[in-house]
Amino acid sequence: MDNNLLSLIIFAPLAGAAVNWFVGRRLRNEKFIGLVACGSIAVSTVIAFYLALKSGGALHLGEPGNTTPVFDHLWTWIQVGKFRADFGLAMDRLSGTYALFVTFVGFLIHVFAVGYMRGDTGFYRFFAYLNLFMFSMLTLVLADNFLLMFVGWEGVGLCSYLLIGFYTDLKEAGDAAKKAFITNRVGDWGFVMGVMLLFFLTSADGKPSISFFDQPLTGVTSVFNVIASRNIEAFGWDAIFAGGLTSVALLLFIGAAGKSAQIPLYVWLPDAMAGPTPVSALIHAATMVTAGVYMIVRCSAIYVHAPTALFIVAVVGAATALFAATIGLAQNDIKKVLAYSTISQLGYMFLACGVGAFTAAIFHVITHAFFKALLFLGSGSVIAGMHHEQDMRRMGGLKKYMPITFATMLTGWLAISGIPIFAGFFSKDEILWKTWSAGNALPGPMWSKALWAVGALTALLTAVYMTRMMVMTFWGSERFREVHEDEHDAAAHFKDDAHHVHEPHESPWLMTAPLVVLAILSTVGGLIGVSYALSYHGHPENYIDRTLEPVIAKAPGVAAEAAEHETGPQWLSAKPQAVDGPPAFISLDEHNPGEASHSPEEIREERLLALLSVLIALVGIGSGFVIFRRRPLLQLPRILENKYYVDEIYDAAIINPIKVGSREGLWKLFDVGVIDGVLHSLGDAVKETGKVVRHLQAGFVRGYAAIILLGALAVVAFFAYYGVYALRP
Amino acid sequence: MGPQLSWYLALSAVLFTIGAVGVIVKRNVIAMFMCIELMLNAVNLSFVAFSSFFQDVTGQLFVFIVMTVAAAEAAVGLGIIITIFRNRESLDVDDANILKL
Repeated sequence: MDNNLLSLIIFAPLAGAAVNWFVGRRLRNEKFIGLVACGSIAVSTVIAFYLALKSGGALHLGEPGNTTPVFDHLWTWIQVGKFRADFGLAMDRLSGTYALFVTFVGFLIHVFAVGYMRGDTGFYRFFAYLNLFMFSMLTLVLADNFLLMFVGWEGVGLCSYLLIGFYTDLKEAGDAAKKAFITNRVGDWGFVMGVMLLFFLTSADGKPSISFFDQPLTGVTSVFNVIASRNIEAFGWDAIFAGGLTSVALLLFIGAAGKSAQIPLYVWLPDAMAGPTPVSALIHAATMVTAGVYMIVRCSAIYVHAPTALFIVAVVGAATALFAATIGLAQNDIKKVLAYSTISQLGYMFLACGVGAFTAAIFHVITHAFFKALLFLGSGSVIAGMHHEQDMRRMGGLKKYMPITFATMLTGWLAISGIPIFAGFFSKDEILWKTWSAGNALPGPMWSKALWAVGALTALLTAVYMTRMMVMTFWGSERFREVHEDEHDAAAHFKDDAHHVHEPHESPWLMTAPLVVLAILSTVGGLIGVSYALSYHGHPENYIDRTLEPVIAKAPGVAAEAAEHETGPQWLSAKPQAVDGPPAFISLDEHNPGEASHSPEEIREERLLALLSVLIALVGIGSGFVIFRRRPLLQLPRILENKYYVDEIYDAAIINPIKVGSREGLWKLFDVGVIDGVLHSLGDAVKETGKVVRHLQAGFVRGYAAIILLGALAVVAFFAYYGVYALRP
Repeated sequence: MGPQLSWYLALSAVLFTIGAVGVIVKRNVIAMFMCIELMLNAVNLSFVAFSSFFQDVTGQLFVFIVMTVAAAEAAVGLGIIITIFRNRESLDVDDANILKL
């Protein structure tokens, strides 16, 4: 169904950005700018909700089999030979779900930012960039082909650069912005190569395409339909470079690793905390960094054909999760803790994708958006209330000064630690369960247990470091009173107070209201995806699963389910009873990790693991409390605090060789030596020739006479030779 | 037997060579000029020798023309020399090495 409202979702923020940039700069009225910015996102939110949730809308709530997207084909962009990429939007179940939380959480963050950025001279610039970011993100999510998605992909990278480097007077902000953009670009290389290879492969299959959906009107076939008839590639290292779907999958994953901060391209995210806190909340917690996960889930049809790639994704995800959690344990800047926490949670999402549990990954994206945005905004409230102090060692005892912030961050803390019924518990637990039971998706049975163990250890560490963060900030003695010198962080744009100790204060309602909303969502938001084992005979249902299941691929053994356009799951057994419980949907292929068959043993196993997760969370919280309540300033291992010296290693191994190679080799050797050298030697050659030839015109008359004579002799000689020898008969 | 044609031609060649070398080597402008006249006269000699030995009057007619040209050229050349002498106060041809007078 073509629906022109869809384009409004992306163009409202763009219009907001334009208005704020051109008009807002003149008016310099914060109320106007804030209203325009938040209003445009509100428009997007309302439209997104309407289009997704109405009957017949994108999410098809009442119709289990219908996966038809809402289309909006704006214009034909590129059409060259068999290559076609249009500026077309499509909201289907997956992008509809994404659009819902991106717009809503984005709206809340915009409202928060109006309060947080008060008094900043670049107020209009900030909101112009923020709206531009929302435009790019929504383009990424709603695009109907790879190329348009890449436009959004690059756009969010650009806006990330603009917003991280927002404080133009801070050198570290500029450096961080450049680092983010460049690291992203390394990933983008992988993405582009993957798309190109995919186009190549679909051409080989007869129907070249880079579009996600079948669109009969423009004669475009979905890429996933085209590759559906291929075989699953064999598991093995040679598949990686074979140029088939595994190569595509891995190249796309490199792009995802850059955008979603996985090993080895995660290094930009902690530095990105130099930007304003709403930026960290929006871009680096809730939306941009989840773009990689979105892309992988969207391409689930490709990944189920490439078990090697899935394995690598799972291992990298799990490794990143654990790695980042260990570093987060030792950070003293409140935002850095949250940054590493984000990297770690993103690792969980990729782990879920890697074991084939794509819906669990999306579920975790959504709950993570809620509680991580909450935690970031809460930390922003703390930072603002502490007059831009970010070091937790100089906080403490803030719970009586900032009660609302404290209460809301409490819910975020419990959510991320995995305490039921808060949001994080259901999603994280589902990921861990799917990892444990993913026997056939991984090369050997021990792998799933090992990955589960890594995940469980990470969960423990998550609980510990989050507790450490909460305890250092809100409990204990008020360490901020012990410091005597003025602590104006260079990022502070508040030009007030000259007195010694700044009394912390609660933030205005513009900042606390979004916190409250997010706290509510963190508390109850998990109930949309309760897995069957944890529910009471199927209540509440797993809405996330039900909504997203039809658009996510399973192994091609299942009848025609690798594509978007099929009529629904195939019933093997008798039709489902309408009483309660999810439908008895059995997949034909044992590759499908056992989420469909609800045998009693599996349910018991799942419940046991869930109990274990809760215990881990409680142990983590408890030990964190005990250790850090008594010694909040406990020094953790230096290697963790220095992030395993990864940045230094990158500097020495990659950055410096490039710099030296560029300076000595490319510049001095090639540019100056060869190119300038060629030009200089050309000039020199002309000069030398001139030096010789100038003697012809030295003003030396006798020389002229000599030359005339010689010339005459030459002519005579020529005729003599010609006459005597050449004409001799 | 009498003088052979080749003797006249050899004399003419020698005179021509002396004149040519003199044009190049001599620094005095008047001397240079005299060498030019010498070259011309050498050629005249050669023409007359051919005319006498082949009993053809064309050679002698040519001599007339050459002499006329030589006279005219002498007049013009001397005029130029006098002008340059008036400006440079020197009869050395090496001193006339720039176009500006």
